[in-house]
Amino acid sequence: MSSPKFWREIPQRYRMEAGKCSKCGKVFFPPRLVCSSCKGQDFETIRLAGTGRVATYTVIRVSATQFADEVPFAVGVIDMDEGVRLTSQIVDCDPESVKTGMPVKIEFRKVQEEGKAGILCYGYKCVPA
Amino acid sequence: MAGIVGYGAYVPRHRITVEEIAKIWSADAPSYKRGLQLRQKSVPAPDQDTVTMSVEAARNALKRAQIDPMKIGALYIGSESHPYAVKPSGTTVAEAIGATPEVHCADLEFACKAGSEGMFVALGLVRAGLIEYGMGIGADTSQGAPGDALEYSAAAGAAAFIFGKDNLVAEVEETYSYMTDTPDFWRREYQFYPEHAGRFTGEPAYFKHVLGCAKGIMKKAGATPKDFAYIVCHQPNGKFPQRVGKMLGFSKKQIEPGWLAPTLGNTYSGSSPMGLSAILDIAKPGDRILMVSYGSGAGSDGFIFKATDRLPEVRDLAPKTRELLDNNQIYLEYGTYAKFRGKIRRAREL
Repeated sequence: MSSPKFWREIPQRYRMEAGKCSKCGKVFFPPRLVCSSCKGQDFETIRLAGTGRVATYTVIRVSATQFADEVPFAVGVIDMDEGVRLTSQIVDCDPESVKTGMPVKIEFRKVQEEGKAGILCYGYKCVPA
Repeated sequence: MAGIVGYGAYVPRHRITVEEIAKIWSADAPSYKRGLQLRQKSVPAPDQDTVTMSVEAARNALKRAQIDPMKIGALYIGSESHPYAVKPSGTTVAEAIGATPEVHCADLEFACKAGSEGMFVALGLVRAGLIEYGMGIGADTSQGAPGDALEYSAAAGAAAFIFGKDNLVAEVEETYSYMTDTPDFWRREYQFYPEHAGRFTGEPAYFKHVLGCAKGIMKKAGATPKDFAYIVCHQPNGKFPQRVGKMLGFSKKQIEPGWLAPTLGNTYSGSSPMGLSAILDIAKPGDRILMVSYGSGAGSDGFIFKATDRLPEVRDLAPKTRELLDNNQIYLEYGTYAKFRGKIRRAREL
């Protein structure tokens, strides 16, 4: 990930900033310009509380190069308490112990390194709650 | 009166025991456990560093402080394991907690005293009226060379404190610093592991400065050990803080609530601040707490805190330090620990 691309995503990766439609209250993560429910275009910026449940998951055993040291690891689709879904690594547990419906919480982690001399890309991951 | 408005800690879930390390180096685990008074230490996962742990500790501090993070006017992180050689840890932490852009920020370094330095400076700016709130964080993921005595103790953890003038959980009644040039522990640029001067790190270094600081601050405050409910000193191992506390005239009852080293290890810049957080988790309004940090090189910062009525009202808003320490532990074998800590050179790195 290039430094400018990573920098543009800081509000979501660091602070879990989502958009809440001012008209119908639907929450979007990441935020969007038009509400898919009511077509409203006014949004309030909110922060997700960081708690949710595993909707589904898989265990990665052959990964992209930058994650090769971490295999096997779990990646899940998480139903956050605010009603949005996001994709996240699920760490600090045996990947075989991950279950659908398992409560998880967000922690701030290093997601990847741009090689030995590049930037460190921080963001969110899930851990068992 | 200025003081602590909110506090929080963070402990990684992974652990390695003294027995597991000793087994690899054919060392005598019982004598290490007895000599260092350590049973295990925390280990950061490969995706954890000073920045990630600082963010978690800072978020816990904000939960208790119940303030708008945009009102934090200064943020200082003390660590000897900042992830970048050039690029501040504090910018990432401030951004993650939502304190940017109107915030003064610096990364501090003074071996294990860097965390209390950040607290000291943040408090000073609040007292001077230059900022409404200031945050000081102590965090480290320090390394001991394989087979070195430090490998049994070098651990990971963080504690964060928000200072202000209103809604305090603990007033700061007194501060004091004691410092000399004493080369007991160091790491030169480009060196991966630190060096230390063996037993020289004891009497002329740790004990001289911790005793000097503790005696100095008590003299300045007109206090004696019986005026305190608790004392927490830097914990390079389990033995030193017990011994120095006893030398100062404190009892086990005053020392043990903040004594985390036996199951946590030495979290360097996070050490005495994390011990303080464990004490704040149980202190009663009116209790006085003496904190004395220690950083090789060498020096100590002293603080006298007095818990307020607000402390029991907010302490349950974030995880308590002992809970973080005692729950959800994942034990590692030495091989996985060595991989986690980057102790193995792989083919692509040769």
